[in-house]
Amino acid sequence: MSTARTTAPAAKSAPAAKPAPVAKSLRSRRDDIHGWAFSAPFLAFFLMFLVWPMISGAVMSLTGKSLTGANSGFIGLANYSEAFADSDMWRSLGNTLYFTLISTVPLVVIALALAALVNMGLPAQWLWRLSFFSPFLLASTVVSLFFAWMYNPELGLFNDMLANLGIPPVAWLNDPAVAMWAVVIATVWWTVGFNFLLYLAALQNIPQQHYEAASLDGAGGWRQFFSISLPQLGPTTVMIVILQILASLKVFDQIYQMTEGGPGGATRSIVQYIFEAGFTGYRLGYSAAISYIFFGLILVIALAQVFITRKRSA
Amino acid sequence: MATTTLSKPALQPKGHAETVTNRRAKTPLSRVLATVVVSVLAVAWLVPFAWATVTALKSETDAASTPISWIPASGFTLDAFAKVLQSGNIPTWTLNSLFTSAAITAITLVISASVAYAISRIDFRGKRMLMGVIVASIIIPPPVLIIPLFQQMQSLNLIDTYWALILPQVIHSPMVFVLKKFFDQIPRELEEAALMDGAGRLRIFTTIVLPLSRPILAAVAIFVFIGAWNNFLWPFIATNESSLLTLPVGLQTIKSAYGIQYAQNMASALLAALPLIVVFLFFQRQIIRGVATTGLAGT
Repeated sequence: MSTARTTAPAAKSAPAAKPAPVAKSLRSRRDDIHGWAFSAPFLAFFLMFLVWPMISGAVMSLTGKSLTGANSGFIGLANYSEAFADSDMWRSLGNTLYFTLISTVPLVVIALALAALVNMGLPAQWLWRLSFFSPFLLASTVVSLFFAWMYNPELGLFNDMLANLGIPPVAWLNDPAVAMWAVVIATVWWTVGFNFLLYLAALQNIPQQHYEAASLDGAGGWRQFFSISLPQLGPTTVMIVILQILASLKVFDQIYQMTEGGPGGATRSIVQYIFEAGFTGYRLGYSAAISYIFFGLILVIALAQVFITRKRSA
Repeated sequence: MATTTLSKPALQPKGHAETVTNRRAKTPLSRVLATVVVSVLAVAWLVPFAWATVTALKSETDAASTPISWIPASGFTLDAFAKVLQSGNIPTWTLNSLFTSAAITAITLVISASVAYAISRIDFRGKRMLMGVIVASIIIPPPVLIIPLFQQMQSLNLIDTYWALILPQVIHSPMVFVLKKFFDQIPRELEEAALMDGAGRLRIFTTIVLPLSRPILAAVAIFVFIGAWNNFLWPFIATNESSLLTLPVGLQTIKSAYGIQYAQNMASALLAALPLIVVFLFFQRQIIRGVATTGLAGT
């Protein structure tokens, strides 16, 4: 009885729908072919140079593979247990987190401050964008050469300026307590313009009526910034902070070029440790294992961020 | 006509710049103060460029003498530039960078745009999964891949070739996402009419969709090109042969080779910086708009 009832409507509509299924299956088969054909080139590169290395790296991390060709074969999780007991690994991980913390804050705050100032209706908009953004177009090596030269203890511009202020010289890149900060200063100069542009675009997207209404109510500039601009920039800020943290965790170039991780490993990042384990230590297997530990860290942070932003928007 | 209306939503931020900021009523005093503060900061931002330029225009003796000075004792000279251009490989490296970055950009655009078009427009089985995998892959940090990629390139005998520089750098998952979002906004009717006329998918894609997407394609191209031009870690690993190095990697070898020749170091750095800075001066508007559009999609 119940079956009859449920099949009845289907049977009734069958004649009308009859030509449709044929056409549809034909069409969808053609769509399947077209869809995958258009996706094939990307997919080929994706499989070859992303998926395959991810798999082979995971396999490699379970072996004693070396750059010299020697391979002690499958050694299980030995690389991982060695890495977890490796104080140099922990130290470079710690350095990376330290760099991420002390670079992300100025890279977000200064970018926002610059954007807010420039957005106050200043003349010559292009000039400010040019000044603050142009360093972003430089290769890391150029930035490192510029700053290593300015940090030079005897001939550098920084110590000269300090001397003019009556401050004793600083060893910048050679002082373990200062070196990371020196790297951060260079990094801020180099990349803050990117976040600045994103903030500027977001500020210019805030509807003008908000400000007009606020000034009718007598709210001043500061008041408007804190009660209109800042809340409106919320989503942009979340995105910028997430991208900045993920970018800072990957730091390698400028540190390697300015300090080679020194002095005494004080600035060595986790990516540099991966690089050195593989290419100076010749231990590909071990290096692959540390890569995966680093990946794990990134995953945890990314998932935490997804969780936090979901919660906020919910 | 269609192009302008379509490009608007995605590319709006920059176009509004002038009008919006001018409309904003501020007391003159605060605006003057802001101008002063921003000017001081902008000058500070130019100091590294200025100091590098002055150093590059000094003789090596002047560059290494104390107390340091903005005006060299024996006058300005182009010696450092001449020496670097004569002895160094900078012109070769510039061409290498140009060629590999252009190739990376071209391949990235073609493969990303076509997969993005498929995901945006064609109803094929497995498309949601494909999109999911591509989006998920955004989280993979490139440094994690260097060890297995090196191994792979070695076994393919591609180390120290242009292939090793180009092939692994063409996967930009965030850009697929950016393009897909843009294609989603293009009215379907435009394509359906052509479909009725019997045009094939490829024709529709190349003659209707791509021309309408010029602004976003330019934005993606700019973003990918800058990234490729300045990439350091992978080219540093994939090439050793001096004639194959890209500019950023070549510069690193100069630094260790020249050591304490400060004027020549700065001259090399400036020569390396020059191409993109010149391009930027000419295409400032497009570059800034491109970065603002694609920037939040991920680096």
